[in-house]
Amino acid sequence: MASRPQPRSPVIRFIDVHKSYRVDGRDIPALQSFSLDIADGEVFGIIGHSGAGKSTLLRLVNLLERPSGGRVLVGDTDLTALDDAALRAQRQRIGMIFQHFNLLGSQTVAENVAFPLRLAGERDAAKIRTRVDELLARVGLQAHAGKYPSQLSGGQKQRVGIARALANRPSILLCDEATSALDPQTTGDVLELLAEINRELKLTIVLITHEMDVVRRVCDRVAVLDAGRIVELGTVADVFLHPRHPTTRRFVEEALPEEAAAEQAPYAHVPGRILRLSFRGAATWTPTLSRVMRETGVDFNILAGRIDRIKQLPYGQLTLALDGANVDAALHALRAAGIEIEEVAR
Amino acid sequence: MSDAPLLHTLFPNIDDWGELGRACVDTLLMLGGSLLLTVAIGLPLGVLLYLTARGQLRAMPKLYGLTALVVNVLRSVPFIILMIVLMPVTYVLVGTKLGIRGAIPPLVIGAAPFFARLVETALREVQPGVIEAAQAMGASTWQIVRRVLLPEARAGIASGITVTAIALVGYTAMGGAIGSGGLGDLAYRYGYLSYKSDYMVVTVVLLIVLVQALQAIGDRVVARLSRH
Repeated sequence: MASRPQPRSPVIRFIDVHKSYRVDGRDIPALQSFSLDIADGEVFGIIGHSGAGKSTLLRLVNLLERPSGGRVLVGDTDLTALDDAALRAQRQRIGMIFQHFNLLGSQTVAENVAFPLRLAGERDAAKIRTRVDELLARVGLQAHAGKYPSQLSGGQKQRVGIARALANRPSILLCDEATSALDPQTTGDVLELLAEINRELKLTIVLITHEMDVVRRVCDRVAVLDAGRIVELGTVADVFLHPRHPTTRRFVEEALPEEAAAEQAPYAHVPGRILRLSFRGAATWTPTLSRVMRETGVDFNILAGRIDRIKQLPYGQLTLALDGANVDAALHALRAAGIEIEEVAR
Repeated sequence: MSDAPLLHTLFPNIDDWGELGRACVDTLLMLGGSLLLTVAIGLPLGVLLYLTARGQLRAMPKLYGLTALVVNVLRSVPFIILMIVLMPVTYVLVGTKLGIRGAIPPLVIGAAPFFARLVETALREVQPGVIEAAQAMGASTWQIVRRVLLPEARAGIASGITVTAIALVGYTAMGGAIGSGGLGDLAYRYGYLSYKSDYMVVTVVLLIVLVQALQAIGDRVVARLSRH
């Protein structure tokens, strides 16, 4: 996007946090010491394979997991310093949704959504009803208030989970593999709902996933977790277009299988230099490539390519073979136009 | 009554049907009273066992170990022996060792540990994820017990009450042997000691009917509670 990102204050701060579990008298490290700020209003993704520690990291935000060392700040409050009652009060301000929804099977949809209100001490039945109606309207489930969770589809259950998580007007929403149990269509709908909530309620969202596509569609920034370490951290566009760590590359390849296959293709017989061009934002819509090629007289051949979006940001990535006397001048002109260029090893 | 001769032909030794009726009422009273108290004591005990077990919300291995030991000891003593051993306690508690009142303390002490284990098992069936969700919402342990564990486990607990009620029917009948009254008492005194086998048949049939009725009611309640 053209506008410069506003400097935003962190709403969640991890300061030198580490976590290990005691198993049979031995400490098994789950998360190595890290510090991380999550900004107010951003959608922050944490991606990693199972066992990488992402579930533990997410649960540090509401102290369902206690750090073995370091501090976790939410707003100005150091959660690790709170007593039980104060921590419970803080947790009411942090919503959470789950892969398997974790709804009360014995209660109706409306009762499930009213549950956190009751926990917070609301007794006024009329107030509860109004708030529940409001929440069900937001997630599009007004017609299902009297149903039981077992009568709903997976996507509907997750919507109940979201309504429930929003009930006490939290400032943070934690998503624990919230779409992993859903089909692709439903995943899209739920991600769209999360993006909408983020936009309209200015809610900070922290989500963990093992799918790069989820990160690409909703996140602003992403941390890649591998064996208890944050191995890569940055804006989704940077990480997605220029993955550095092998684990990150693998995640990107999983999200773009055709491109990954194209990269593997034998280019030995292709003449010229093989380069990958990445352009994002407004650059995607300007005919920079054709202008530069025309001006420099370089021949180009498209080997692979894709135009898509990262969240709202349009981007393109093309793998080209460039041939001619003025390739360097062409690359210089492309870089000057804001296009990122990487040489592809053959 | 026109059918009196027929009853007399079938059950020649039973000359006081009123006594049989009173025995039925006594059995029902013993059952109702002891079931109520068993649930009142066994339910919290089951919750305690569940909460204090290793890895649970309020893990306290020592307290769990002690509670489990007491529960296991009470469960391993055969009921008839438990009744006799408990007589002094019974006397202190209710002022008599006999009759309905005298039967209730040993019935409760015999059945509550059994029911507590059934409650513990039912609670363990509640998905850990639902409990985690409640914790994430800031629920206290008490709120989790009251608003999550008990409602989610209610069908399991209802079926535990059914099983316990039926076990209690058996215990009340055994109680008859040492003077607690009820159908067991009749079966034992007339049917067994006096060789009036028609008493035995009638009481056993009545007990079967009672057990069937309890099971049917229990199944209904469980079905209703699991309908969601």
